[in-house]
Amino acid sequence: MLDDFMTRAALAGVGVALAAAPLGSFVVWRRMAYFGDATAHAAILGVALSLALQISIFAGAVAVALAMALSVTLLTGRGYAMDTLLGVLAHSALAFGLVAVSFLSGIRIDLMAYLFGDILAVSRGDLAVIWGGAALVVGLIGWRWSALLTSTISEELAHASGIDPRREQLILTLALAITVAVAIKVVGVLLIAAMLIIPAAAARPLSRTPEQMAMTAAVIGSGSAVIGLQSAYALDTPAGPSIVCVAAIAFLGTSVLRGLQT
Amino acid sequence: MSLITAEKISVGYGANMVLRDVSLAIEPREIVTVVGPNGSGKTTLLRLLIGAARPASGHIAHKPGLRIGYVPQKLHIDPTLPITVERFLRLPGGTTRSACARALERAGVPDLSHRQMSALSGGQFQRVLLARALINEPDLLLLDEATQGLDQPGSAAFYLQIEEVRQKTGCAVLMISHELHVVMAASDRVICLNGHVCCEGTPENVSAAPEYRALFGTGTGGALALYRHEHDHHHDDTCIHGDGHDHTPSNKETEAAE
Repeated sequence: MLDDFMTRAALAGVGVALAAAPLGSFVVWRRMAYFGDATAHAAILGVALSLALQISIFAGAVAVALAMALSVTLLTGRGYAMDTLLGVLAHSALAFGLVAVSFLSGIRIDLMAYLFGDILAVSRGDLAVIWGGAALVVGLIGWRWSALLTSTISEELAHASGIDPRREQLILTLALAITVAVAIKVVGVLLIAAMLIIPAAAARPLSRTPEQMAMTAAVIGSGSAVIGLQSAYALDTPAGPSIVCVAAIAFLGTSVLRGLQT
Repeated sequence: MSLITAEKISVGYGANMVLRDVSLAIEPREIVTVVGPNGSGKTTLLRLLIGAARPASGHIAHKPGLRIGYVPQKLHIDPTLPITVERFLRLPGGTTRSACARALERAGVPDLSHRQMSALSGGQFQRVLLARALINEPDLLLLDEATQGLDQPGSAAFYLQIEEVRQKTGCAVLMISHELHVVMAASDRVICLNGHVCCEGTPENVSAAPEYRALFGTGTGGALALYRHEHDHHHDDTCIHGDGHDHTPSNKETEAAE
């Protein structure tokens, strides 16, 4: 079954969608959309470093995404606003990454594959990394779910319940770095934030509890991955962007639905 | 034994001292109010007491096994986060449905458990926060400007509710407020804070103290007496009004809910 490249691609897309759904819900609730975007952009530097050092791209991307997210968290509140810091760090990392890639003369790199993903070229090994990473992210978030939710609603209430909001923030940051790293192959660094935010946002009008929203986002994300891939095959369009387009159409659909209800 | 004791606590951000040598103790069953101008360190003091921040010097002792219920100043739940009142009350876990229902009853809003948090009026929202603080049957209830954004009848009704909670559960209450008149009428003891404790005592004694008058002007004593009169007068009114909140929120409450 895994011999078929379309099957592998679909499984890769679904794996990323499953990890992105609960994490993306938190990104939406905590207004971290730009934070997700910035972490993803920084990952291109991780890709360049991995290629130069000949280590796994997954490891390099996780390391740089994590370093990026941690430095933003640490530097916030020291004279610059969060979005200024994100802008500086994300775009510098992206620019340094692109420059670093150009120095790698020995290897021919298809930069587009990292910017927009190359889901049709997913190997069995990639699939193992994607599903392993996704399981780790879902496990992490599932384990800390109540504590994460409490500190998202209010840091003070979290403190009063004996929860350290900074630790929860760190767990989300770690989950974000892993998700970014596994999603590079599927949608590329430029569209990772879309996979986080759009399914969660599309799920909002259909949900009455946080759990429902995360589940619905998983269904919408997985559905978008499968339908997007099939459309890409039928219409001969790029696969990663097609997946995001389907998710965007789902968002439009649920928003209109809500408009009709109220 | 006191529920909570703070001894000579000081804290500051950089060269700015926010609190200097503040000492206080809360006894069982008493209602204590901390008043003070903006920037006087009221919220910092409360954060120190719940353990959200550490003092630079000094010492805070809780009675062993002390249960604290905390009602925050304001809480913004992003409208993208769908959550029912009951789910909110049950976070972060371990709370039974019947405990939630009991807490909502105590807070005066027994029928809200299936409503969305984002659909509540300002007054309802504050009562849900109060219910949340009451769930683990606290010995001490801490309130940080809990009536911000409520109109006067709304906040008077809220403080009456606090008084009722104290009578039913026997918990002590420490609250922070700008609204001197309402709060002082409802307190056993008032602590006037401005970086340090300026004065403390019964509401009558504090409002007569020169330190207090220096901070809040001289007319306050008279206004307090006047307001207490009005406050009694409004008692029944506001209770009925409280029941009607669902259907006819006043303009101010609608604003606060948005």
